[in-house]
Amino acid sequence: MIVVAIVLSIQTVEVIPEFLADAPEQVADLLTRMWPLDFAYYPDTVHAALMETIHIASLGTLLALVLAMPVGILAAHNLVPSTPVNLVAKLILVSSRSVNSLVWALLFVGIFGPGALAGTLAIAFRSIGFVGKLFGEALEEAQPGPIEALSAAGAPWASRMTFGYWPQVKPAFWSIALFRWDINVRESAVLGLVGAGGIGMALDSALNLFQWTRVAVILLAIFAVVIIAEVVVTQVRRRMI
Amino acid sequence: MLKLNHLSKSYVAGTPVLRDITLEVSERGVTAIIGASGTGKSTLIRCINRLVEPTAGEILFEGADLATLNGRSLRHARRHIGMVFQEYNLVERLTVMENLLSGRLGYVSAWRAWRRKFPPEDIRRAYELLDVVGLAGFALQRADALSGGQRQRVGIARAVMQEPTLLLADEPTSSLDPKTAVEIMELLAGIARSRGIPVLVNMHDVELAKRFADRIIGMAGGALVFDGPAAELDDAMLTTIYGGQGWIQ
Repeated sequence: MIVVAIVLSIQTVEVIPEFLADAPEQVADLLTRMWPLDFAYYPDTVHAALMETIHIASLGTLLALVLAMPVGILAAHNLVPSTPVNLVAKLILVSSRSVNSLVWALLFVGIFGPGALAGTLAIAFRSIGFVGKLFGEALEEAQPGPIEALSAAGAPWASRMTFGYWPQVKPAFWSIALFRWDINVRESAVLGLVGAGGIGMALDSALNLFQWTRVAVILLAIFAVVIIAEVVVTQVRRRMI
Repeated sequence: MLKLNHLSKSYVAGTPVLRDITLEVSERGVTAIIGASGTGKSTLIRCINRLVEPTAGEILFEGADLATLNGRSLRHARRHIGMVFQEYNLVERLTVMENLLSGRLGYVSAWRAWRRKFPPEDIRRAYELLDVVGLAGFALQRADALSGGQRQRVGIARAVMQEPTLLLADEPTSSLDPKTAVEIMELLAGIARSRGIPVLVNMHDVELAKRFADRIIGMAGGALVFDGPAAELDDAMLTTIYGGQGWIQ
């Protein structure tokens, strides 16, 4: 059974034996061409592009949080006890998630032209589904008892939200926000490949010009930023939650 | 004060939980509603402030029929009815002080409440009430750091913060040990006395009810079967309310 599956898969991907045999040699060749790393290139172009990437990720996450909160509320059945409204909200969240951020980026590059704005919006629109879904679920898991007590005291809707629900979902909210920011730092690094700003654009031009020593510097920079983001998220989470 | 007229409630059509309850609560002091589990005590008390929607009947309170109110008018009526819950229903991640002030949410705008800009008068009263319920010095503790008895004291103080003219308590002692239960009942009886308001308590512990209630209402099968002072509650009546006899010593 498994053998059949493997054979079928290999036939489908159409492995070319010559290329496969050649691969180790090619990798070695590529690594040689990347060496020595062109560090002089970093302050020139890479640094600014890297900062732009982080800005795209942060601003995109922020925008997503603002846009996702109302949709998350509409999706939570205990807050909006109307199944049609919940379904429409969930449809919005699913459509946001079903489109890859690169596809969102292509779309926004088409509308706003190439640059960081398209990248920011792509990150935001891809994140709405993720943030909204998890935030809505956190709201649905909130204890109904305290909310009932506030209702019994005559508290209006807005006060029930801020005094009853918000303290209960606050840890989940910040946890979701940090996690999504971490993902977005990684995602925004590739958006430049389709012209949506950031370090991906530098990577794209270096690749097209076969400047392998520069490609290596860019890859190293992305790697470093992803690790830094990971450390920052872990530290902030430990301190806050 | 409070008058229920032919109040009925069915969660499922055709199987009523409350059957045609007519009841008046006007005197200050503690009125205990006793009865077996599942006999509709909680439903009755929750119908009064419409946490549960009655199926039929009137709830006359301060000149209005609560059963017909909606939205803002219902919220305004609820401000005058304090409620204490079996599971305390505090917002666990907020401080004791914030939980007390949440009793004022019917009076303070959401925007002011969000910025924690409560009137100084409310804050002063909250500190006073912490004293009354024996939690002076606990204001800045988080509610989830308290024991069950302490949480129920916060729950009572929150209800009193509303300046209620009627206090409802839904099984306030059922999650507590016997000693703490007595302390909580003493506190509720004291509030009924000092504030001169009726306190309607729902409980299944007969001895506790006899000890603290000025008036006892017995329920069985969703209907009222007894209404009178504790002294009139004899074994025959208890058999009617709870059924069986083996448990009465």
